Amino acid sequence: MSNTPTAAGETGDRTGRYVRHPNGHVAPMSPFTDIWRWHMTMVASILFRVTIGAASVGAILLLGWVAATASGPDAFASVAAFSGSPFGLFIWFGLTWVLFSFLLNGARHLINDTGRGLTIKSANLLAQIAVWGPIVLAVLFWVVLFAAGKVSL
Amino acid sequence: MVQLNLPRGSKPTTGKVHKAPAGAKNIKTYKVYRYDPETDADPRWDSYEVSTDDHGPMLLDALIHIKNEIDPTLSFRRSCREGICGSCSMNIDGRNTLACTKGWDECSSHNITIAPLPHQPVVKDLVTDLSLFYAQYDSIQPYLQSDTPDPEKERLQSPADREKLDGLYECILCACCSTSCPSYWWNQEEYLGPAALLQSYRWISDSRDDATQKRLDDLEDPFKLYRCHTIMNCAQVCPKGLNPAKAIAETKKLMVSPSRKKTAA
Repeated sequence: MSNTPTAAGETGDRTGRYVRHPNGHVAPMSPFTDIWRWHMTMVASILFRVTIGAASVGAILLLGWVAATASGPDAFASVAAFSGSPFGLFIWFGLTWVLFSFLLNGARHLINDTGRGLTIKSANLLAQIAVWGPIVLAVLFWVVLFAAGKVSL
Repeated sequence: MVQLNLPRGSKPTTGKVHKAPAGAKNIKTYKVYRYDPETDADPRWDSYEVSTDDHGPMLLDALIHIKNEIDPTLSFRRSCREGICGSCSMNIDGRNTLACTKGWDECSSHNITIAPLPHQPVVKDLVTDLSLFYAQYDSIQPYLQSDTPDPEKERLQSPADREKLDGLYECILCACCSTSCPSYWWNQEEYLGPAALLQSYRWISDSRDDATQKRLDDLEDPFKLYRCHTIMNCAQVCPKGLNPAKAIAETKKLMVSPSRKKTAA
């Protein structure tokens, strides 16, 4: 059995391990995401990644709101009307969820960076808080806003 | 190479089903990843229906039974069968572990999936090419480096200093941790991975070693160390119960410690 190096650039592999096998095929890559049973810590980490992306979209929306404010009363009124619509409120709810996710995951990483919370048990607990906490906090935040009459449908 | 899904030619197809003999009891189905570099074009999942009465308590017992009695073409690495050589590391039931210390009755599902260590080039069946993993271990210079002349006998260490190596020296280099890590999946050419970093910290922590600052210099790179995002898969799967994530966090702390002194370039 002999394995031959693949042509340069053929596989994108720079370590020379994805060789061509005697059957003419390049060495397959073993399965990873499709077989893995996820841990809570992995869920928290991936969700944090997702919220980073969502926060970037949120920043653009915020910029649009500032731009509308600067553009004059008409532009501001139309953005305010959209913000107050059910779909607009849904987006703001999503962004508060993102914000709380950012805060709790940031706190999780801050604790981890001090070398604490890294036993499996405590890491799982911190991950649970970082995954479920933002949903609870976002709901509470909006319940308070509605209860205080700051927003209404 | 960053690969979010399996590339073309790597996706396993449905393979053969080896039925249990009629009347067999206590049947488990082992769904095993198969790939033959000499004949098969694509990898496949073969299923083996086996009576657990016919083999011992561990997954390695099941694999040896399959190889001996059902399908001699099945390839896998194994040696010590007691969790000390690290040869039979593979992905069992969705988690990396050692086949020799994992009981089939510990698996959550009735159909147990057995795959090679994730995101590695497959040599044959459950055997992967770990040459990069070993090169990364080599790169952290896993040996004592001292500025003092060799003593007549051994280099002494206080019991307290020796205790600092507990939880670090026990690593058997099975690669379960590194190949469990999504950061390693997607950056393995640059990121050293949990196993090499645990071993790096093992030498950084050794009171007899004088190369601490140089070892830290070698890790000061956007990828080698800092691709760890504390996903914790490493600690979750380590079959020896070690915690590479903790070792990496401690190394990061040393990087910004007031006692840190960069050595001359």
